[in-house]
Amino acid sequence: MTATVTAGSTGTEAAHEAGAWRSFAGTTWRERIDVRDFVQANYTPYEGDASFLAGPTDRTTAVWEKVSSLFPEERRKGIYDVDAATPSTITSHAPGYIDRDRELIVGLQTDAPLKRAIMPNGGLRMVENGLKAYGYEPDPFVTKVFGTYRKTHNDGVFDAYTPGMRAARKAGIITGLPDAYGRGRIIGDYRRVALYGTDRLIEGKLADKALLDARPSTEHVIRDREEIAEQIRALGELTRMAASYGCDVTRPAATAHEAVQWLYLGYLAAVKEQNGAAMSLGRTSTFLDVYLQRDLDEQTIDESRAQELIDDFVIKLRIVRFLRTPEYDALFSGDPTWVTESIGGIGSDGRTLVTRTSFRFLQTLYDLGPAPEPNLTVLWSPRLPEGFKKFCAQVSIDTSAVQYESDDLMRPRTGDDTAIACCVSAMAVGRQMQFFGARVNLAKALLYAINGGRDEISGEQVAPPAPALTGDYLDYEELSAAYDRMLDWLAGTYVDALNVIHYMHDKYAYERLEMALHDYPVHRFMACGIAGLSVAADSLSAVKHARVRVIRDDTGLAVDYEVEGGFPAYGNNDDRADQLAVGLVESFMAKVRRHPTYRDAEHTQSVLTITSNVVYGKHTGNTPDGRRAGAPFAPGANPMNGRDRHGVAASALSVAKLPYEQARDGISLTTTITPEGLGHVPADRAGNLVGILDAYTSAGGFHMNVNVLNREVLEDAMEHPEKYPELTIRVSGYAVNFVRLTREQQLDVISRTFHGSL
Amino acid sequence: MRTVTTPTPATVTTPTPATAATAAPAPVGPVPVTGRIHSWDLSTGVDGPGTRFVLFVSGCPLRCLYCANPDTWHMRDGRRATVDEVMAEIEKYRPFITTAGGGVTVTGGEPLLQPAFTGAVLRRCKEAGLHTALDTSGFLGARATDELLADTDLVLLDIKSFDVATYRKLTGGELTPTLNFATRLARLGKRMWIRYVLVPGWTDDERAVDGLARFVAGLDSVERVDILPFHKLGAPKYEALGIPFPLKGNPVPDAALVERVRAQFRAHGLAAQ
Repeated sequence: MTATVTAGSTGTEAAHEAGAWRSFAGTTWRERIDVRDFVQANYTPYEGDASFLAGPTDRTTAVWEKVSSLFPEERRKGIYDVDAATPSTITSHAPGYIDRDRELIVGLQTDAPLKRAIMPNGGLRMVENGLKAYGYEPDPFVTKVFGTYRKTHNDGVFDAYTPGMRAARKAGIITGLPDAYGRGRIIGDYRRVALYGTDRLIEGKLADKALLDARPSTEHVIRDREEIAEQIRALGELTRMAASYGCDVTRPAATAHEAVQWLYLGYLAAVKEQNGAAMSLGRTSTFLDVYLQRDLDEQTIDESRAQELIDDFVIKLRIVRFLRTPEYDALFSGDPTWVTESIGGIGSDGRTLVTRTSFRFLQTLYDLGPAPEPNLTVLWSPRLPEGFKKFCAQVSIDTSAVQYESDDLMRPRTGDDTAIACCVSAMAVGRQMQFFGARVNLAKALLYAINGGRDEISGEQVAPPAPALTGDYLDYEELSAAYDRMLDWLAGTYVDALNVIHYMHDKYAYERLEMALHDYPVHRFMACGIAGLSVAADSLSAVKHARVRVIRDDTGLAVDYEVEGGFPAYGNNDDRADQLAVGLVESFMAKVRRHPTYRDAEHTQSVLTITSNVVYGKHTGNTPDGRRAGAPFAPGANPMNGRDRHGVAASALSVAKLPYEQARDGISLTTTITPEGLGHVPADRAGNLVGILDAYTSAGGFHMNVNVLNREVLEDAMEHPEKYPELTIRVSGYAVNFVRLTREQQLDVISRTFHGSL
Repeated sequence: MRTVTTPTPATVTTPTPATAATAAPAPVGPVPVTGRIHSWDLSTGVDGPGTRFVLFVSGCPLRCLYCANPDTWHMRDGRRATVDEVMAEIEKYRPFITTAGGGVTVTGGEPLLQPAFTGAVLRRCKEAGLHTALDTSGFLGARATDELLADTDLVLLDIKSFDVATYRKLTGGELTPTLNFATRLARLGKRMWIRYVLVPGWTDDERAVDGLARFVAGLDSVERVDILPFHKLGAPKYEALGIPFPLKGNPVPDAALVERVRAQFRAHGLAAQ
């Protein structure tokens, strides 16, 4: 489904052919909005190595130093500055600059670098709590408008939540729901701004709307017409905001410099309007390479200039900021924005989608030093060119700032123009979007099954009353049956709550600009998720393969467990345990699918926790696998800390057994390897890491975060954070500055299995 | 001495091949070859190229003062395992280790203390199309049949010292069998990586190192020399076993010493890392 533009609608197209579109090949993308077709018709695959790359220019270094000199104060205060009085819109703030004379790519969210904006459409309380936490007073006018006249997403959700949903949320069996903040995870196809200009995009949207005029005004059609009208309005605002920076984005970009700038302005408009949990960028590097390569061919730029355009772009992406609360940061630590950029991959015609600009994006980690954002994500296939694979591995070893996702698993499903939203969620850029659904706590659900729906910590009845298990020892068959019934209830309550949330988000905090950069109609996913998979699987394994005695308090509540004997643990490539995890993934997905979704979104689920594994663990009592109450879960689909005892390959192969088809929103594995764990000889390490990534993806593994670190470095960084301002580590789908984690999260990272060394 | 990979002893929560074995079908036909194994692990870039399945067999005739794996000294402490059982475990990793440019390494302990078992494992790995490596001190090199060596793609030969007296003091054994084995391997054109554990005060003598480098340079099939700095990561195992760690107080080499020794090997045209 692609937006169409009526033929012969523009006299300006002839001008584009001579100007902005000079020397470009292909026809389909000229006739309708289709960036993928443009890329396929024009890109130059690159099979070589990294030797062509240029280092940072003095200009780049000066701009980066100027803005990064503000970071220490930001870290100390929590936020550097905030405009508390101006609810952010695309056009709300005057232009801002880091260093007006030296910046190549311009545009900030507000009128000064690192000054945050407020976005109360999601929820006023989140804004007010965020301000108060950092010592700012909420603005009385804003409070009045959003407290009296303008309803927020948060208000809407709580009007429609049922008591059952509230109880499940409060108990923490369903958590992290985007009911008080922006849902995010929608990737606008920002490339469209550069390729077509906003005039053409508005024309396309008008054509879409005209088709709806012929249809009866049902509730759905009315909503779609209104949404498209908002999208058109947002494109107009983007045009005005760009003009305030001296850029005429009504027309296509004519040079590489303009292409980077136009694309960034599109993205900037999105982050001025939405404080989404993840504001991902898409798949831009090979698109931009077409423009860079044309300018290089025309000899209007050289490699050094090409690199500094990308470096300057990345500087901007590194300073995207949102006002959030400390509680939010405790859940998703390190102030993340998930500006995820998907790099590499293979086209459906077999050509690699790696270009020189794929290298240039990774090179920013050397030119500017390691950093968590943008969230650089390599779409990996064993078929990628060797030179690129080797470079990726070397960058991982040097910076720990890259994550890998299996291009071979995604390409057949979402195509070869797929990008990752947030951490592991695959979307066809501009054609698919998702309703972010956070996750349910599978470990806690197991305890509910044992306790007949009572919460193991509060003792309250949260799920509908069911017979509690009464034996002195847990019986596997009995527990499985009770668990299955409990998961039925959980899946129903969960999908129902998500429907409420996304209905209200569309109504009160619609992503006008991001959706303006999607086709109409768009394909929607309902992105459910599960946490605590390894705890639940190991608990089932303990009950099945050992003997688990139940310890109850005087109200009959099971509060602790004693494991007698050994049991196989998930993470050792042992089917006796691994298949229990597989079964949980399959069965919960099937249960989720039974419940209708808002706007007929396609059900998916992820096995991803981000850093919330710490908080989920905190709110979960003792579990039958021997884990103590409050102890962190393993992140994502990881085996439990320390229970994977046969090294990274065995652990990865266990995770690779989880079926992607039943977890299309992604399966996350975070590994930490010591440098020596990749080989005694430094020169061997990149090649060895390439081998591991090839083998993992060939085995069906989906995602791998690669940290190459020594435990001693992390311990030293805990004690002396000032020595490690740039220390970046990968955590379950994204990267963070280690020194910005809470102490609890730091300890969790350190306690995780280090593969390859004592 | 093994430097990084530390074999994981069988624990209650993580069964290793011996426990998996109970589920294996009863073998039919002739009595299967069995061995005593300590454990297995997967490691990368440590015991040969790529990511490898590393089988630790039990029992060693030497008692190197710096040994990091005292829990592999005695055959009687190992678990009995058939070749079929070991191969069933390896099979679970075959695609992974093949893709990752790795293979199987038999180490220990001393694999040539159980030559029939080791030979059978290597044979079966070759039949399965896997790259094979044998990690040995060479002290029992005479027990390695030509057939066993034919099934071995790479020998990781640990030469503990080039000084006869030091070798005896350090290992409790004789140096000559190792040198004879090295010569035999070179004659067979067998690919070798020489491993040399650098222990200050024991194996850092400049003349001894130079002598070894000259000897190794004469072995045409040596591809590289790995200098392994002595470490004390095995110390907790000695404590657990209730035996003293003889080199507990010995210093570890500094970077300059490691570089000096590497340079000595390089001076003889060897690829020393």
